[in-house]
Amino acid sequence: MTRFLLSALAVAVIGTTGFAHKVWLRPSQTQLSGAEPWVTVDAAVSNDLFYFNHFPLGLDGLVITAPDGNQVEGENQSVGKYRSVFDVPLHQQGTYRIAIVNGGVFASYEQGGQRRRFRGSIESLEKEIPADATNLRVTERLGRIETFVTNGAPTDEALKPTGKGVELVPVSHPNDLYVGEESTFRLLVNGKPAKGLEIELIRGGTRYRDAQDEVHLTTDANGEFSVTWSEPGMYWLETSTEDKETSVPQATSRYLSYAATFEVLPQ
Amino acid sequence: MKQLFLLALMSVAVSSVSADDPPPRIEVSVNIPRLNVSEYHRPYVAVWIQDKNRKVVANLAVWYQIRGNNKDEGTKWLPDLRQWWRRSGRSLDHPVDGVSGATRPAGEHTLQFTGDEKRFANMRRGDYELVVEAAREVGGREMVQIPFSWPPTKTSTQTQSGETELGDVSLTIR
Repeated sequence: MTRFLLSALAVAVIGTTGFAHKVWLRPSQTQLSGAEPWVTVDAAVSNDLFYFNHFPLGLDGLVITAPDGNQVEGENQSVGKYRSVFDVPLHQQGTYRIAIVNGGVFASYEQGGQRRRFRGSIESLEKEIPADATNLRVTERLGRIETFVTNGAPTDEALKPTGKGVELVPVSHPNDLYVGEESTFRLLVNGKPAKGLEIELIRGGTRYRDAQDEVHLTTDANGEFSVTWSEPGMYWLETSTEDKETSVPQATSRYLSYAATFEVLPQ
Repeated sequence: MKQLFLLALMSVAVSSVSADDPPPRIEVSVNIPRLNVSEYHRPYVAVWIQDKNRKVVANLAVWYQIRGNNKDEGTKWLPDLRQWWRRSGRSLDHPVDGVSGATRPAGEHTLQFTGDEKRFANMRRGDYELVVEAAREVGGREMVQIPFSWPPTKTSTQTQSGETELGDVSLTIR
């Protein structure tokens, strides 16, 4: 079962190479208040945004960073048929960064004249590839799927980049997005601003319209892109790139992906 | 004590603008309509003054559910006052002295202030806007805005009316 989930994830993560699946976290709300508000988060892989109609997203790589920069656990974790769920009590004032960080490998090889493929964890690579495999090609992958929620006023401490893979850093705060306003974000690859990243941005509720109405954007020399929000809603952003900075000896390249969910509020 | 002294200083600074004249008086009346709905909840209401950049310069009132089993329970819904929450509410400690109050029933509610109060200390000469925002559980949200100039040169009353969650809102400055 676990392997099945993992392979489903891998399919989803390489979405831009031909599959239409979208991986996402969707918080119940993004701006909260009160003595100790809770947010509940859905995690899934689907064709449509944000509907549970394909696969749950595994929660093994769940990393929640609190406003003080420390990590906290997701509560009430559950993996269902079509979605995973967890809750986050917001004990602190400020912004929480909620992420699922996945690492692993894709591999292809030949055995007895047959072309075979493998997807799994880095640890399982050596065990699973047969000794008589030839023409082995290994690609490391590192994916980050995230969203942001704020209790009270937005803060930046939890949004400090880790320097690994694709990450988004705020120019505009991700929990301060409003219709009619322009927001700017910077994308980093391995901690450095990344020029020329191609971004796809889609507003949720795709089931209720005829087209995806996706917006394509590209980062500039500072790794920045801007968007002016025309309608309120939950938005999904996705980008990916490749590099050679592998940590797996057999891998020749590394595939990096990033997806995030933002809430845009009406004025 | 030191704060009190500062306060007194600030009041002097504001009132000295108009020399020997008494400080202006500000009166806001907010009408909460009686709605014929099956499940009626009193609205959350915020009243503030903002400048041309929509920056809040003075908070006049925020009415929300203060009583209850849990003291802070009602603050959970404060972000429903979307504009006020973003411009001001989210960076305040609740309850706010002299601003926070319990929700009000349908009818007319009057707020009175004098221009030398601490809350108006940041109001320089210029154009401002009174904003009243109301949001109701299982109901709607509405904002009413009234522009005015400060300090007042003569007594004036302006009235704007909401369509759903707010009735007449009046601002009198004298």
